[in-house]
Amino acid sequence: MSEQPPRRVRVVSPRSRAVRTSGSRAVSRDIGEQTIVGEVYMASLVRIQLRLAIGVLLILTVLLGGLPLLFLAEPDLVEVLVFGLPLPWLLLGVVVHPVLVAAALFYVRRAERNEADFAELVENS
Amino acid sequence: MGHEVQGGLAIGLVIAATVLIGAFGLRLSRTTSDFYVASRSVSPVWNASAISGEYLSAASFLGVAGLILTYGADMLWFPVGYTAGYLVLLVSVAAPLRRSGAYTLSDFAEARLESRTVRQVSSIFVVTIGWLYLLPQFVGAGLTVQLATGAPGWVGGLLVAAVVVFSVATGGMRSITFVQAFQYWLKLSAIAVPVLFLVLAWRADGMPTPGDGPPTFADRTPVEVPADLRFDVVEPVRVLVNGVLDGQRYVGEPVVLGRGSHEVGEGALLTFPAGSTVPHAATVEASDNASWARPLTAVGDRDHPVYSTYSLILALFFGTMGLPHVLVRFYTNPDGRTARRTTAFVLALLGVFYLFPTVYGALARLYTPDLLLTGRTDTAVLLLPERLIAGTGGQLLTALLTAGAFAAFLSTSSGLTVSVAGVLAQDVLRGSVRDFRVAAVLAVAVPFALSLWARSLSIADIVGLAFAVAASSFCPLLVLGIWWRRLTSTGAAAGLLVGGGLATAAVTATVGGVDRGGWTGALLAQPAAWTVPVAFLVMVVVSRRTPGRLPPHVGRTMVRLHAPESIAVPERRVD
Repeated sequence: MSEQPPRRVRVVSPRSRAVRTSGSRAVSRDIGEQTIVGEVYMASLVRIQLRLAIGVLLILTVLLGGLPLLFLAEPDLVEVLVFGLPLPWLLLGVVVHPVLVAAALFYVRRAERNEADFAELVENS
Repeated sequence: MGHEVQGGLAIGLVIAATVLIGAFGLRLSRTTSDFYVASRSVSPVWNASAISGEYLSAASFLGVAGLILTYGADMLWFPVGYTAGYLVLLVSVAAPLRRSGAYTLSDFAEARLESRTVRQVSSIFVVTIGWLYLLPQFVGAGLTVQLATGAPGWVGGLLVAAVVVFSVATGGMRSITFVQAFQYWLKLSAIAVPVLFLVLAWRADGMPTPGDGPPTFADRTPVEVPADLRFDVVEPVRVLVNGVLDGQRYVGEPVVLGRGSHEVGEGALLTFPAGSTVPHAATVEASDNASWARPLTAVGDRDHPVYSTYSLILALFFGTMGLPHVLVRFYTNPDGRTARRTTAFVLALLGVFYLFPTVYGALARLYTPDLLLTGRTDTAVLLLPERLIAGTGGQLLTALLTAGAFAAFLSTSSGLTVSVAGVLAQDVLRGSVRDFRVAAVLAVAVPFALSLWARSLSIADIVGLAFAVAASSFCPLLVLGIWWRRLTSTGAAAGLLVGGGLATAAVTATVGGVDRGGWTGALLAQPAAWTVPVAFLVMVVVSRRTPGRLPPHVGRTMVRLHAPESIAVPERRVD
């Protein structure tokens, strides 16, 4: 019926926390509601995490998947003794395990960094 | 006599500790959700120990050493694969899987694909894999109790089944987490401490190595035959026989065993002279020590070693994520980030444990070659201490190993029982705590019954087959479900049925005794190399053909799976 008063506008310093929080809420709401913007953000995160996963799996394929080929190509590796153990036994029985743990730690650090970067991106936009 | 008391005592102590810790945890679990999932409040260190404790089964504790004793270098891929499976799980599914909030694989299937049908198909495979994995646990328990106390073979399985049903049905998850964590450390000490003494005894023995020829008896060796047995003689040998051989009864008389197949009755005693070649059971393939030490050599009817090795690698690497009891454990991590860190810790714990079974396998080739004759290769770990260390010392170490082995049967069986019972209770029954208890009995009864006739199968081989089914069904479901938006419910169901169905058929044929020789045998005994790609292919192709069956809320699900906990997504707060 009557004319509405003009909408109130909150004026804040661009460096204050209030601005960043409201911005972040907007993008995270986009993500939560799967708007086009939100989908683009999520797709970028999924892509970068998938690339990391494929990278680690490729390294694993080359390092471990290559071992049978190596044994096939060099059957006399079994004559090579390291600390009294035939090399294939040492590789499969001992060396593999620290390598796997190192790969796991590498992955965890990178995946967490990707997520931190993503969170920062969302908060600063 | 003394060692029977110690063995029984060791088993009794492990059971008592399991039940007591379970009962202690029971007082902490109050609501239905506590009962199922430990209130998601278990710390990462506890959780990593619990995951490892649950994962190290009869196959790891006994089976790996038995396979290494028999087949040598190629079997080293078992421990590598059991560990590497967690790395694949970590990088491809760990955090999203935790964020999905799924408690069972069926829950994940339903949440992601929004379809009851996919849920039901998943439940079929959870139960199949669970039963296939429980079966060798009961076989191992039977062997261990028989060896430790002289009781008949079914006693051990029944004992494990009863303890597991009791602790699962009364304690739920919370207490199981503590039990499992305790059992990792018990298993690690039980397998690590004797190695120290065994290696010292081996050094004192002049550090013998297997050499190049066929396995031989180092000394004059009496072998007691635990059950009716058919075996093959590679080199004619003159033995003293006390009992029934080839249908004739002998009383301590010398007999020359000619090359070829022979039969000997239960309880017979065969005494072999020092330096004679070890005959081998019909179920065990003979190989000389030179090819035993070498990777990729065809042993007996295990043809096509390159194909078999790669197929085994594929099954173990990609099967771990699809094991029913592994996912439940992830649910007890508070969030996706902790799930990742826990998994990395698990890799370290498993790596330390798996250093040891190889040592047992190699020493067994030197000191327990008679197991190749009796076919009881899965008992090598338990027999070694008394072969190498005379007197009380050896007996005490045997008791310790018996306790560790029993911890392995109990922990893995309870984990699997919780998962199988969870699925049965929710999808077949109505899901109350009472239904869960009924389901726990069902979950255990079927594999126990199967274990009664499947006793001649190698523990680690059957577990390998369970991995192959998991890799051909749940691995594609999880990987595509998490990373590929266009997976449809029809595609997922088709892939599960075709991949899991083919793998199950191959496993059934192998367990049913189809000849392992030739390409057909190799393809059936190690199916993963073809069933895993087929499963992926079917899921992708059918999904592309049925775009109309895309789950309506796939966008929201993807956010749920991938958004890090550090950003506040409004949708999340609803639940």
